[in-house]
Amino acid sequence: MILKSLTVAVCTVFCLCASGKASAAGDQIVIGDIDDLSAVYADVIGQGGIEAVNMAIADSGGSVLGKKVVFLSADHQNKPDVGASKFREWADQNGLNMLLGGSNTGVSIAMAKVAAAKKVPFIAIGAAGASLTGADCTPYTVHYSYDTTALGNGTASVIVKEGGKSWFFLTADYAFGTQLQEAATRVVTAMGGKVVGAVRVPLGTTDFSSFLLQAQSSGAQVLGLANAGTDFSNSLKAANEFGITKTMKPAALLAFLSDIHSLTLQTAQGLYLTTGWYWDLNDDTRAFSKRFFAKTNKEPTMNQAAYYSATMQYLNAVKSIKSTDPDLVMAQLKKTKINDMFAKNGYIRADGLMVHSMYVMRVKTPAESKYPWDYYKVVKVMSGEEADGSQPDPSCSLVKK
Amino acid sequence: MTVFGVPLPAILGQLMLGLVNGSFYALLSLGLAVIFGLLGIVNFAHGAFYMLGAFAAYIALQFFGVNYWGALILAPLAVGLLGVVIERLFLRRLYRLDPLYGLLLTFGIALIAEGVMRGLFGASGKSYPVPTLLQGGLNLGFMVLPIYRAWVVLASLTVCGMTWLLIERTRLGATLRAATENAQLVQAFGINVPLLVTSTYGAGVALAALAGVLAAPVVQVSPLMGSSLVIVVFAVVVIGGKGSITGAIVSGLVLGLIEGLTKVVYPEASNIVVFVIMAVVLMWRPSGLFGKE
Repeated sequence: MILKSLTVAVCTVFCLCASGKASAAGDQIVIGDIDDLSAVYADVIGQGGIEAVNMAIADSGGSVLGKKVVFLSADHQNKPDVGASKFREWADQNGLNMLLGGSNTGVSIAMAKVAAAKKVPFIAIGAAGASLTGADCTPYTVHYSYDTTALGNGTASVIVKEGGKSWFFLTADYAFGTQLQEAATRVVTAMGGKVVGAVRVPLGTTDFSSFLLQAQSSGAQVLGLANAGTDFSNSLKAANEFGITKTMKPAALLAFLSDIHSLTLQTAQGLYLTTGWYWDLNDDTRAFSKRFFAKTNKEPTMNQAAYYSATMQYLNAVKSIKSTDPDLVMAQLKKTKINDMFAKNGYIRADGLMVHSMYVMRVKTPAESKYPWDYYKVVKVMSGEEADGSQPDPSCSLVKK
Repeated sequence: MTVFGVPLPAILGQLMLGLVNGSFYALLSLGLAVIFGLLGIVNFAHGAFYMLGAFAAYIALQFFGVNYWGALILAPLAVGLLGVVIERLFLRRLYRLDPLYGLLLTFGIALIAEGVMRGLFGASGKSYPVPTLLQGGLNLGFMVLPIYRAWVVLASLTVCGMTWLLIERTRLGATLRAATENAQLVQAFGINVPLLVTSTYGAGVALAALAGVLAAPVVQVSPLMGSSLVIVVFAVVVIGGKGSITGAIVSGLVLGLIEGLTKVVYPEASNIVVFVIMAVVLMWRPSGLFGKE
């Protein structure tokens, strides 16, 4: 009896897989999303990102070229092997046409390798590491929202210009943190400042007070926070508590709207940060945010807006070339200017980086904030070239030297 | 003057911070040791109860206007009550089985608690303000110690001391220890052992929640705040000796200090030093520093 039902179950699973494969290859366009849906970065994109993709699919009419657009999502739990194997599974069994990459640089580097092997366009959004379009670049990778180079050029250059010459870094001890620290260090030293010290903190540390004390005794003027998510919140909170923000200027190399919201303006006020998008920039961004807010009860972060924009760009590319062939789609994406609520005159250059304007923001004081989610004041607008350099990254093998 | 190439004031500062962290470890491992030593339950939900304690304080402040001092009493009571319900409904059924079942159940409870709080408050968590009475800092010469952190050390050492006295030096404690040695015999003397067991679990959970309230003003109140801590606290209990109250308190404080020093000498290793020590201790004394064979 048990044996019989087991056999039936196994057969059913086989049939389902087989039919899934057959239909996917023919009459569907499959978009995937692999992101941190449950841990430290889940508020940056997470469920909001899924909502943004659903909005984009609905805005495209739900089907493109007469094929239904299907959306899959999975949690990578911040583990590179989990992300890569899910990507491989979808590419092999579900006929995946394009993958959106969520937070975590380490996971995205692993997924980029799968994109190259399976020839599936991979739009990395949540990851910051600039190596995705440098040493780790592939013909199928697009790095869409922001990267460590732009973050360093933004926050670091504004603060050095204002007199913050000596820096101490608090760095998350993995690919993202070290790349971010390197990018900021390049800017600081090029502008005549110096880095007097740095400490690498394990990811997920809750007590930052020891490291902050070291930062304070270094005598540096600026406290560079090369970390993100809860690490960032906890380090800034402790810096406030120990009075370090009175003697040192905190610089957020990467902070999202969701971080500022959870820290509250009382703690975050005066902080400089760099972002590629903000909900309250202009009428277009506000219009999108209003629709997003109606569904999620939160204003979108930069990366959630990028999820919407990237999905639209992909579906539009498929529409205009009437094909989902990965090489043709990549060629189309790279030659189309991006003009929507996320970017104006953005373009994808040879190494895969989407070049667009970046904004250096100062977090408002509670008194300056006039309405809910009114958190940022624009300090400086950087053109895409100013943020990311005018030339593609020479360490990418796709760039002709 | 320098020690290992680090200036002495810096070392003193780090030792002070180590003491603060050590008091958190002591308070958390105390609850865990009480539950493990007296009930034999490997309470993997301990980190989740710590997190729920912090969220209870946040909810009390935001929605009911209950201040920090009120939360210090109400949050452990509320979360302790939840512990009592869980013990009555689920854990009770597992006492005769392998301890592994209790571990699995409590781990599952922890995952559910984290998932529910993430659904309600998001992964990045909430901020809880430092109470006005405890704001500001004390200048110790070598560092400025926030008054709140000094209060944490004081509060947790007091609670640890009181718990130790209760279990080791009172009649109630003696009955409790006797009940864990031979439940049937104690019951024969007319003592309600199941009630004793339930309230012990509730008290252990309340201790975790108290640590959560104490931590709320210094760290981001987030659904994952407990899961990052619970593994370290388990290591502390193992090093101290399974079930030993004294061992949990002493090794909590000492490990906090050692971790503090590691943060100066070799920061990259600060999240594994506790486990290295655990491995060494287990090789040398398999029952832990204060454990009985």
